[in-house]
Amino acid sequence: MSKILIRGAKVLGGEAQDVLIDGETIAEVGTDLSAEGATVIEAEGRILLPGLVDLHTHLREPGREDSETVLTGTRAAASGGYTAVFAMANTFPVADTAGVVEQVYRLGKESGYCDVQPIGAVTVGLEGKKLAELGAMHDSAAGVTVFSDDGKCVDDAVIMRRALEYVKAFGGVVAQHAQEPRLTEGAQMNEGVVSAELGLGGWPAVAEESIIARDVLLAEHVGSRVHICHLSTAGSVEIVRWAKSRGIDVTAEVTPHHLLLTDELVRSYNPVYKVNPPLRTERDVMALREALADGTIDIVATDHAPHPHEDKDCEWAAAAMGMVGLETALSVVQETMVETGLLDWAGVADRMSVKPAQIGQAKGHGRPVSAGEPANLTLVDPAYRGAVDPAGFASRSRNTPYEGRELPGRVTHTFLRGRATVVDGKLA
Amino acid sequence: MMRHLISAADLTRDDAVLILDTAEEMARVADRPIKKLPTLRGRTICNLFFEDSTRTRISFEAAEKRLSADVINFAAKGSSVSKGESLKDTAQTLEAMGVDAVVIRHSASGAPYRLATSGWIDAPVINAGDGTHQHPTQALLDAFTMRRRLVGRDAGLGQDLAGKRITLVGDVLHSRVARSNVDLLHTLGAEVTLVAPPTLVPVGVETWPCAVSYDLDSVLPKSDAVMMLRVQRERMNAAFFPTEREYSRRYGLDGDRMAKMPEHAIVMHPGPMVRGMEITAEVADSDRCTVVEQVANGVSIRMAVLYLLLGGNESQTTRTEEK
Ligand SMILES: [Zn+2]
Repeated sequence: MSKILIRGAKVLGGEAQDVLIDGETIAEVGTDLSAEGATVIEAEGRILLPGLVDLHTHLREPGREDSETVLTGTRAAASGGYTAVFAMANTFPVADTAGVVEQVYRLGKESGYCDVQPIGAVTVGLEGKKLAELGAMHDSAAGVTVFSDDGKCVDDAVIMRRALEYVKAFGGVVAQHAQEPRLTEGAQMNEGVVSAELGLGGWPAVAEESIIARDVLLAEHVGSRVHICHLSTAGSVEIVRWAKSRGIDVTAEVTPHHLLLTDELVRSYNPVYKVNPPLRTERDVMALREALADGTIDIVATDHAPHPHEDKDCEWAAAAMGMVGLETALSVVQETMVETGLLDWAGVADRMSVKPAQIGQAKGHGRPVSAGEPANLTLVDPAYRGAVDPAGFASRSRNTPYEGRELPGRVTHTFLRGRATVVDGKLA
Repeated sequence: MMRHLISAADLTRDDAVLILDTAEEMARVADRPIKKLPTLRGRTICNLFFEDSTRTRISFEAAEKRLSADVINFAAKGSSVSKGESLKDTAQTLEAMGVDAVVIRHSASGAPYRLATSGWIDAPVINAGDGTHQHPTQALLDAFTMRRRLVGRDAGLGQDLAGKRITLVGDVLHSRVARSNVDLLHTLGAEVTLVAPPTLVPVGVETWPCAVSYDLDSVLPKSDAVMMLRVQRERMNAAFFPTEREYSRRYGLDGDRMAKMPEHAIVMHPGPMVRGMEITAEVADSDRCTVVEQVANGVSIRMAVLYLLLGGNESQTTRTEEK
């Protein structure tokens, strides 16, 4: 492998420095490094971050290759600056056995754009009744450490307790999609002023908050670690804050869209805004931003949920839930967190790379930008301004809520173990 | 006038009064030996019903025929509409057939809005009831009925419902009739009070332009019109209230309760009535109850809406003649 010299980038938003990549690792970080034998990238004004890590991605393969495949999904991830993604288990068949997780893992290796770490289902078929073979998935070639029935809530308190206890044997974590099922029957959007007016079934905040409250108490009782997926309400933030102050081992994520969009957008009845958990109110959005800034919420995760056009080009009630997010996540975080002064770039590196890698135990990711570390890196041009054009997406699906919206920042380069997967904003 | 009629909230006071006044004119057609106007001759209107409602469909059909329009009835029930895309497919088929207006009824809130705004179709869209969202022509016919009874048939022309106290009783949560009525009655200057058990009032109702009470008896003496909303029996199984008996004891309208209303006050119901639970036969059959008039007024209102959306426009008339 050849040498690459990234010249004059602000490492984690700090002082401009040169970074020399040699083979798969960072050889040197400093000023006025020699460019001899190296390809030079002039990176003045750009930000260099450790490669982003997404703990919550839906790659749809196996089963819904019309929406996304491991290849198209990892290409989208690389375009968005990611070097590792965790693939959710709600595929067809469900990733609830060693065989399925190994298949996804192998497809990730073959794609070469991004490391793919499969997430295993907590229960067989995501049915919430019987624990899946968690140990076998961990012991498989995929080495699963994160387990989730995402898309569905592990709502049975006993099953949730057992799962939390069981994964302690191999240091795993259960990632909960917090949604009390009875309270959300027929739910179409956030329950509140807008749902009352539009006559759409309400998804009350308490349906999320009550499960989070229960699960942090369970985690405390059995001494386990729990991760809460896509927090969306101000009340959820308060519960997690309380749990952390009490010493409970809980981590939490927020999606970019919950940091930016509100349920007011549902007035358009445009299903591109239909997502689970639903878009909430302005007050919730502000609480989530504050919580991400102060560390109550540990990470940003995309919940990248690709759907084909026909599943969204219909009336609201019939539409699928979810939005694509890999290719716009960093821009949304720049707009909502960096440009508002809530978080600096080092903070972005922490919330989008370091912490998610730690929670998911993604080896070689989320590491410091220093000599001897794996060269998993993302170079960002924060001055860029442009409207989002889904036609240019690498993802097979185009269900973005940001079409035509101007968002700041652009990933110019992504490096996976020293190899460029994105060069000048284009897939390599 | 606007291009589509999707929500009662989209109507200004002047729009609404114009529709009510036009409906009075249309009502006169019903008194003639030949109950037909040539206004929409050569125009094709499709009644696109994704949800069963014989009453509403017949009312629209009668209105369309009295205006001499050609009518296509499309009942999607039983066909393959479980997949969402079919609304788009159907719309595009109608567009290709050169339909001049679409009257749509759908079980999904927002479906008419989607139809009108997604570029799938160019024709005006009239919402004939969508999910638990809106049913604007129902609200208009209710307002028309109130104006006739509380202001007067001729005295009402040009007038709104300023200062009238209207009470809506029952399942507000699931009622498109309640949503449309609150919007329209407020626009027309009336004071609206919703009465229901708290389980049947939506979270978020506090931003609506109306009052909310859980106590029917205290509201009745201050009501010029009491509109009973339909309560579906299956709500009981979903624990919205304990028993039918308890519901009717607290929120049903019987003779004793009706006696608490001012003498001039009327009782309304969008029909079909569940006699016994929400309204007793004594009340339903009294001359204060306007259910039958509401049905007749529905035709006049729908004629007025079709006339104003389709008939009054010169350029559209020209286009029709060219066909
Ligand atoms: Zn989820």
